[in-house]
Amino acid sequence: MYKIISSVFLAENIKKIEIEAPRIAKKRKAGQFVMIRVGQTGERVPLTIAGSDPEKGTITIIVQGMGKSTRELNSKEAGDTISDIVGPLGTPSHIEKFGTAVSIGGGVGTAIAYPTAVALKEGGNYVITINGARSKDLVILEEEMNAVSDEAYITTDDGSYGFHGFVTQKLQQLIDSGKQIDYVLAIGPIPMMRAIAEVTRPYNIKTMVSLNPIMVDGTGMCGGCRVTVGNETRFACVDGPEFDAHQVDFKNLTDRNKLYLPEEKQSAETFAHQCNLNKLG
Amino acid sequence: MDAQHITKKERMAIPRQEMPAQNPDVRNKNFREVNLGYTAELAQEEALRCIQCKDAPCIKGCPVNIKIDQFINLIALGDFTGAARKIKEDNVLPAICGRVCPQEDQCEKECVVGRKNKPVAIGNLERFAADYERESGSVELPKVQPSTGKKVAVIGSGPAGLSCANDLIQLGHAVTVFEALHELGGVLMYGIPEFRLPKAIVQSELEGLKKLGVNFVANTVAGRTVTIDELLSEEDFDAIFIGVGAGLPWFMGIPGENLLGVYSANEFLTRVNLMKSYQFPDNDTPVFNCKGKNVAVFGGGNTAMDAVRTAKRLGAEHAYIVYRRSEAEMPARKEEIHHAREEGIEFLLLMNPLEFIGNEAQWLTGAKCLKMELGEPDESGRRKPVPIKDSEFILPIDMAIISIGNGSNPLINQTTPDIAVSKRDTIVVDLNTMATSKESVYAGGDIVTGGATVILAMGAGRTAAKAIHEKLTAEAGK
Ligand SMILES: Cc1cc2nc3c(=O)[nH]c(=O)nc-3n(C[C@H](O)[C@H](O)[C@H](O)COP(=O)(O)OP(=O)(O)OC[C@H]3O[C@@H](n4cnc5c(N)ncnc54)[C@H](O)[C@@H]3O)c2cc1C
Ligand SMILES: Cc1cc2nc3c(=O)[nH]c(=O)nc-3n(C[C@H](O)[C@H](O)[C@H](O)COP(=O)(O)OP(=O)(O)OC[C@H]3O[C@@H](n4cnc5c(N)ncnc54)[C@H](O)[C@@H]3O)c2cc1C
Ligand code: SF4
Ligand code: SF4
Ligand code: FES
Repeated sequence: MYKIISSVFLAENIKKIEIEAPRIAKKRKAGQFVMIRVGQTGERVPLTIAGSDPEKGTITIIVQGMGKSTRELNSKEAGDTISDIVGPLGTPSHIEKFGTAVSIGGGVGTAIAYPTAVALKEGGNYVITINGARSKDLVILEEEMNAVSDEAYITTDDGSYGFHGFVTQKLQQLIDSGKQIDYVLAIGPIPMMRAIAEVTRPYNIKTMVSLNPIMVDGTGMCGGCRVTVGNETRFACVDGPEFDAHQVDFKNLTDRNKLYLPEEKQSAETFAHQCNLNKLG
Repeated sequence: MDAQHITKKERMAIPRQEMPAQNPDVRNKNFREVNLGYTAELAQEEALRCIQCKDAPCIKGCPVNIKIDQFINLIALGDFTGAARKIKEDNVLPAICGRVCPQEDQCEKECVVGRKNKPVAIGNLERFAADYERESGSVELPKVQPSTGKKVAVIGSGPAGLSCANDLIQLGHAVTVFEALHELGGVLMYGIPEFRLPKAIVQSELEGLKKLGVNFVANTVAGRTVTIDELLSEEDFDAIFIGVGAGLPWFMGIPGENLLGVYSANEFLTRVNLMKSYQFPDNDTPVFNCKGKNVAVFGGGNTAMDAVRTAKRLGAEHAYIVYRRSEAEMPARKEEIHHAREEGIEFLLLMNPLEFIGNEAQWLTGAKCLKMELGEPDESGRRKPVPIKDSEFILPIDMAIISIGNGSNPLINQTTPDIAVSKRDTIVVDLNTMATSKESVYAGGDIVTGGATVILAMGAGRTAAKAIHEKLTAEAGK
């Protein structure tokens, strides 16, 4: 059993959770993730390590309630426990002094991009961050991002805050303004990452994306997380999750993530039903 | 008949006692154990078939040299607990080995009775003795030697790691087992299905080890959560045994392998066994809905048989084994092939897939296959399958499970470059001691041999334990 130290909402449906996990806190590097099993009948879900406190022996994750497992996790409060957490998994982000690095986060992807933005800054880069959200209330980690950025932008789809439009448009604007961009990291929904790859492709800007295939073990044992990159099959949990955006077969990833749609729906509905019953009871 | 006064001729006249099993048409719809086990009467009758050979060649056939003649005699005499303890002198997991050993290639292959008749059912008897001891509550915890003050880390909780931990703790060393998954037991838990190896048996073996004082730490990936070097230098372990198995699934590298509905056997079995997705939605992890579907498993080993029989149990309309050689070459245990056939598994032999085909939405719809015939023997001595010209056809399937073997997971090698590995990424050891090229680090089981058997992994764990003990006591004596 692993103890939750704190648990607070950052935006509707997005929670920041600090968990006791001393070995992981000591070892983790930017770009790595953990697998979490909330309870004894739970599934194993991958979640990026957003930060850690090695002294205190804790790690922080930022979780968006999507279906049953993430909503159940988000229903936990400080003092509650979860059954299992294992990590740090995956290959850490490759960090070097690229020059100007743009870190782009879409939705909860901002949480996943944040630790790597920190590492890019520590690696001596000029860091630009672009954080996209659907609207103002869904913007997360604004202060944190400002703190690590040399330039920070926020975009909202509805224009309720920051730049009115998509992160891709903001990136295009920066490129058009003649800024030399040496490296782009984009993390968010698959269509967003795919669109970013197309923005940078003509300019040959090195672009990395963090892929989110369905995982089971997260250690290279099942092959369920396989993705097609440069026409080769790679296991995202050990070879990734970050890959060269210009080589990724996004269509295959999109298709494969639909494998369990009916089951996910069923789980989410049952979970919502139970929650309502609890409220009534 | 009476074990004391029976003649050899009378012994030879007793037919091999069949293992009672669930009816095939019932069991192919449930996950309960297929074999029901011998009754005491059946076991004693079978034990009488052993002619108690002076040189007992069967012992040489067993990788851990169980005193087979002696334990069988104890069963014949009705001392079942005594038989179990005799076995445990050499094999710490008899209830498991009695169930899963490929006996026909090991102990039973050498049995003298087998030259004319069917060999003595050594595996069934081993299983009986172990089950009897456990179920009657007469398992005795072995004595643990006084503490040596030495600490050993075991990486991986499969049969290799468990047997190594068992021996070392009894010798007085402090043992910590680190396991990557949330559940202990290795392939015994996540690979081999409930219907062949009930998980309660594995759990009871684990409980025994916990009672002896073995410290188990799950959710810890060596090479990620902690490295071998950190265990030695920062956490003060005096020696390390690596038993991480062969857990990297191979794919075939043919077109269409990433279509929806194509799985590795590891993923399919892990979802079903470890994550209990056969109990979805009570357990959260989903698995491909096999109900009424056509499922093909590609391969011919134990893993392939487990996968195809699992698919059948999940409701597959047709569950096929597609294998490129003939049945005689299949590496699976004979009993599993037999059970699979009884359960309605369809065998498509001498057939090789070329490509997987999918629909618009990228769901698998079929496998393009080629028929084969057997040619000349290859390096392995098995006749090599060669394609028959123009024999291509499409097998309509909704799910494909690839079961062509496993390689080694590179996590430890990558973070501990001073452990020498072979070209196939298996760890290189001195087979007498299981010592690796790195001081104080030993390895055994599938990570050394590539995918092999439970009993070989156990034997390797014990060899390593002995060498580790010798090294640690020599150091202490200095
Ligand atoms: C390397 C990696 C890092 C991630 N980091 C974060 C993070 O920091 N914060 C965050 O909120 N989310 C993160 N995710 C996504 C998160 O794992 C999924 O949202 C979660 O598994 C959904 O589970 P569910 O039961 O709540 O929803 P479900 O209803 O089961 O599924 C919702 C969607 O999540 C995906 N999904 C379902 N099961 C899995 C699974 N076992 N593994 C991966 N994806 C799955 C599916 O594509 C599905 O469409 C990450 C994913 C990966 C692969
Ligand atoms: C489906 C299936 C059916 C089989 N049927 C039979 C059979 O009928 N008879 C038979 O004799 N053999 C059978 N085998 C083979 C047999 O199970 C293996 O040979 C045996 O389990 C190997 O034991 P091991 O201890 O070396 O490794 P494993 O049993 O593979 O255990 C290794 C353990 O180490 C853990 N691990 C891996 N990497 C790390 C890491 N970096 N850090 C920490 N822990 C780690 C794994 O999670 C696992 O729990 C079967 C195998 C499979 C897959
Ligand atoms: S351990 Fe396996 S090989 Fe040895 S006697 Fe038992 S069944 Fe036979
Ligand atoms: S070879 Fe067969 S008959 Fe002889 S001792 Fe062994 S089991 Fe008994
Ligand atoms: S999640 Fe199983 S291999 Fe990556």
